Amino acid sequence: MKKIPPAPRRKTRSERGATLAAETTIESPRRTLPKAPTGIQGLDELTGGGLPLGRPTLVCGGAGCGKTLLAMEFLVRGAVEFGEPGVFMAFEENPSELVTNFGSLGHDLPALIAQKKLAIEFIRVERGEIEETGDYDLEGLFIRLGYAIDSIGAKRVVLDTIEVLFSGLSNTAILRAELRRLFQWLKDKGVTAIVTAERGENSLSRYGLEEYVADCVILLDNRIEGQMTTRRLRIAKYRGSAHGTSEYPFLIDADGISIRPITSVGLNHTAGSERVSSGIASLDAMMGGKGFYRGSSVLVSGTAGAGKTSIAAHFAHAATVRAERCIWFAFEESSSQIIRNMRSIGIDLEPAVQAGLLRIQAERPTVHGLEMHLVNIEKLINQFEPRVIIIDPLSNFIALGSEAEVRAMLTRLIDFLKMRHITALFTSLNTSSIAEEATVVGVSSLMDSWLRLRDVRDGAEHNRLMYLLKSRGMAHSNQCREFFLTDRGVELREVYTGVSGTLVTGTARAVLEAQEKAEDLTRVLSTESKKRLLEQKRHAMEARIDALRADLGAEEIVALQTITEVETSTAVLADNREKMRRLRDSSTGPAAAVVPVNRQPAAAA
Amino acid sequence: MKTNSKRKAVPAPAKKAVPAPAKAVVWNLRLYVAGQTPRSVVAFANLKRLCEEHLKDRYTIEVVDLFEQPRVAKDDQILAIPTLVRKLPAPIRKIIGDLSNMERVLVAMDLPPGPNLSRFDKEPANAP
Repeated sequence: MKKIPPAPRRKTRSERGATLAAETTIESPRRTLPKAPTGIQGLDELTGGGLPLGRPTLVCGGAGCGKTLLAMEFLVRGAVEFGEPGVFMAFEENPSELVTNFGSLGHDLPALIAQKKLAIEFIRVERGEIEETGDYDLEGLFIRLGYAIDSIGAKRVVLDTIEVLFSGLSNTAILRAELRRLFQWLKDKGVTAIVTAERGENSLSRYGLEEYVADCVILLDNRIEGQMTTRRLRIAKYRGSAHGTSEYPFLIDADGISIRPITSVGLNHTAGSERVSSGIASLDAMMGGKGFYRGSSVLVSGTAGAGKTSIAAHFAHAATVRAERCIWFAFEESSSQIIRNMRSIGIDLEPAVQAGLLRIQAERPTVHGLEMHLVNIEKLINQFEPRVIIIDPLSNFIALGSEAEVRAMLTRLIDFLKMRHITALFTSLNTSSIAEEATVVGVSSLMDSWLRLRDVRDGAEHNRLMYLLKSRGMAHSNQCREFFLTDRGVELREVYTGVSGTLVTGTARAVLEAQEKAEDLTRVLSTESKKRLLEQKRHAMEARIDALRADLGAEEIVALQTITEVETSTAVLADNREKMRRLRDSSTGPAAAVVPVNRQPAAAA
Repeated sequence: MKTNSKRKAVPAPAKKAVPAPAKAVVWNLRLYVAGQTPRSVVAFANLKRLCEEHLKDRYTIEVVDLFEQPRVAKDDQILAIPTLVRKLPAPIRKIIGDLSNMERVLVAMDLPPGPNLSRFDKEPANAP
């Protein structure tokens, strides 16, 4: 009664239309459709919270699509997880069959029934037993349903499969009128209902039930492609609610239904900077000496026999050495075969297996469909909680579906692994060398690091090469490295630093190295001899200089002697002249002829 | 809501059970209705007339109102209203509707066609 006043006020406002802005601000809190969560993994995410609360939902699908299971899981989870009791009106299976069937899926129906959380009403309709003699209605059904709902206070109802009525009763006019009344009645009761129906040829359901149940329609489908069955779910209609529109694969396993929408995991995982070793020191060295990032996805691709599994074994072994758990999903070899083969290259995985650190999960890819594989992998990861997983090889999945399906599955797997910071190493077999840079399933863009192994045939041998095609977020070597599978595991050869600069492997490399060594030797020898020659020449030259200097010295001595003699004789002559002049001055003396006359021309010269 | 476990303990309200002579097989008939609707009244009247014509003194009619005894509907697998169940003689037969098509009722109940059913001549009885 107190809520009446706003109504006329709103009316006058809308009449004027002027204060539209004011009105929208008042009305702005968007009322989302109330929903009843199903508790089924993935379905609530697709429907944005569950089925429309208090309204019927139609679930259509062919035989064996999982309609009954979906409906029953809706009730059981409703009763167990959300405290909403439910009534299951079975038109096809009797209660004991239902109890047995769902008991195998881990649902304890008798316990729920005893706790008054679940009621199963079996309605048997057999045309042979029923004679129609005039006008009737389905009040009996209503009474039974109403009684069952009231007896446990049910909030959820399943009618599985109400279309059986069409085969049991011939007067479809009455039936349709009664069904219309039934769905309206369910709405009035405020119960959230699932009505299952067979898939029709041209309509969603065989008898056109979507005409009456128009709020939410879910289609289930079971398709076989290449001998593998995949179940798919699509929400064909959901009035008043946004919903996922694609076909989503789902599967039924021991835990019931699970749907895996790709949107259920996202790209919002955090990226750590921790690094984990690849198990091969020289490979780590190519990545700054630290190895891969933890939680990253590593692709090792190569042709057959390129050494993919051996590198994977190193990685797994390194993880177990760090005392981290590791799961090896092997799709080509059995567990014991892997252990034996890896022992031959000096990696003993057996102690890790026995210590419970390594789990080798070997199975043929063809035993399950893609979805089942994905779920099995996820389930095992949830159980074992590994930090490292190996999928060997990834490329075998391609046999299980189209490329798009495989990629979608791997996208989900990788997202799932990244959310959990699990480092994953995938191997991928390249069948031919035609498209070397392409992986078979085109997943390289999903990978953080890509180690390419190449098989180089050179003369009479083939040699193995590896290089890091990419490694996101870290400096990494650009080199092609040759490696050997030795009895001590994978060994990378030193970087080839020859003069030619081309890639040489195996014997050819050895030959080239020897050649270069020889050339080096001759070069060294020739320089030595040249040096010696030069030295000799210098010695010779110096000897000659010495000789010339000796000659010069001798001549000098002679010349100096001559000079001294001349000077002496000149002095003597002058002395003599002085004496003679003095003699002539005093008297004519006889001693004037003492100086040897023949020496005078020499002095003049 | 009543929760009587034994429906036979509760006689049909306002309807009388007709005692049958001991010599012949007593037909045990039960009519399920949901309240006093015109349709259920018609059905009861039709049934009564049929019994008087064909089973005089060797039938009992039990009327079960499901509004009063909703649990009973489960045991006899009642879906449509009104439903007539022939409990005896065996086998159990179920006839739904207001019993206005007397001819089909007789066929369904394995009763020989009565003298007043002139339409039988045109259409021999063969149950679908």
